[in-house]
Amino acid sequence: MKPASFDYVALDSLEAVLALKAQHGDEAKFLAGGQSLIPAMNFRLAQPALLVDVNGLAALNFIRRVDGELRIGALTRQRQLERDPLVKQHAPLVAEAMPFVAHPQIRNRGTLGGSLAHADPAAELPVMAAALGAKLKAVSARGERWIAADDFFRSLFTTDLAADEMLTEIAFPNLPPRAGTAFIEFARRRGDYALMGVAAVVTLSGDGVCRDARLVYLNAGETPTVARKAAGLMRGQKPSSSAIEAAAREADSEIEPMGNVHASPAYQRHLARVLTRRALTTAFERAQA
Amino acid sequence: MSELHTVNVTINGKKYERQVEPRLLLSDFLRHELGLSGTHVGCEHGVCGACTILYDGVPARSCLMFAVQANGHTLTTVEGLAKSQTELHPLQQAFHEAHGLQCGFCTPGFLVTLVPFLEENPRPTEEEIREAISGNLCRCTGYQHIVDAVKLAAEKGK
Ligand SMILES: Cc1cc2nc3c(=O)[nH]c(=O)nc-3n(C[C@H](O)[C@H](O)[C@H](O)COP(=O)(O)OP(=O)(O)OC[C@H]3O[C@@H](n4cnc5c(N)ncnc54)[C@H](O)[C@@H]3O)c2cc1C
Ligand code: FES
Ligand code: FES
Repeated sequence: MKPASFDYVALDSLEAVLALKAQHGDEAKFLAGGQSLIPAMNFRLAQPALLVDVNGLAALNFIRRVDGELRIGALTRQRQLERDPLVKQHAPLVAEAMPFVAHPQIRNRGTLGGSLAHADPAAELPVMAAALGAKLKAVSARGERWIAADDFFRSLFTTDLAADEMLTEIAFPNLPPRAGTAFIEFARRRGDYALMGVAAVVTLSGDGVCRDARLVYLNAGETPTVARKAAGLMRGQKPSSSAIEAAAREADSEIEPMGNVHASPAYQRHLARVLTRRALTTAFERAQA
Repeated sequence: MSELHTVNVTINGKKYERQVEPRLLLSDFLRHELGLSGTHVGCEHGVCGACTILYDGVPARSCLMFAVQANGHTLTTVEGLAKSQTELHPLQQAFHEAHGLQCGFCTPGFLVTLVPFLEENPRPTEEEIREAISGNLCRCTGYQHIVDAVKLAAEKGK
């Protein structure tokens, strides 16, 4: 199908972009990679009056280390995240998840900021942000603020961003020493949105006991779903298979998969248990290595 | 109707200038405005890959871009792959020899995706080939002959 009519402006200054967005609010949409927005417009699920093409904001395409954090510009393409050596080194979880985000041609266009702002609960990058405790920088003509990932995702396709705000930068904190991460998902075909997926982040103390753990699920609710109680069960434990099994069972009470044409909620729950076990096991192995 | 925008674009080495409505998809611009109908349209939501083109050398879905976004950029479509009217691109030749196509609807998208892939990775493994074409659907071949064609092209390109 074809999109409805709209006005189009391409700008290469952030100031001008923010001024225009402040003026038009929700009537205007940023066009980043367009890989979620344009399909929605082709289906006429979205009919913005104005598209502000931000692809000219070259200053928002970067991957660098600042104060021990990995800082990534919102307009960085997903394909760059997949291949960047700094990402592999300092946020291996992100590098591990990237090949599961759509297909190469789509990752060539799709951006980090676009995926986070789109806030699809089935998407991988919001789960990465939540699992790693990322902070997201929102900028408007009024000023700027940093939002913790846990506060950013509000509900289905809804974020904490105000109508005049743009996401410009994402900060991934350094992983502590003896940390291990793993991401596993299950999809019917390579590149499809997954039926279920989980990211595990664990830290060991010197004596091999789990000091900290975090489990975050995709497609398990309206936002990236953090299983706090399940992760809490791991704390202070040796990462034995029985402890991991107990955590995987506990996570079942914290997720609320909604089911879709391809999978019933019961099947998604089954997947969650199996994937949790595998992700925790792998994350602990990596922490021990 | 919204205001028209001027698009200056180089496609397969040739310069074009046109006035377009912002809502015109790049795929429709290529096919309907310029008559470059080698780029096929299967789904218009990014799933099938038939509309893949090279945007500044990088494979992208032309159904998920607007024609206005091509202003100032360089595109290659399937029509731009062969050196001449009589000589196929080596990958096209390999598709021909290895039966990499049946109805041919998906073929332009596969070719345009795989040409830069092979330039970057001239000796790919089967796994890498399958990952590279994961975003292209084919309803006829069952993919095996497409994978064979890529292997044949890589073999010949040694
Ligand atoms: C066939 C197909 C399969 C896909 N499969 C997957 C998958 O498996 N996993 C996955 O995670 N994704 C998948 N995607 C989505 C893809 O990753 C998109 O690239 C991503 O969701 C959106 O990023 P974008 O840059 O393309 O954003 P756009 O489509 O340009 O924008 C999306 C929304 O975010 C807003 N926005 C964009 N940038 C900003 C910003 N900096 N600040 C504030 N708002 C902004 C836009 O206004 C729009 O509302 C798929 C897409 C397709 C077409
Ligand atoms: S027509 Fe563009 S991906 Fe199907
Ligand atoms: S050859 Fe017919 S769809 Fe691929």
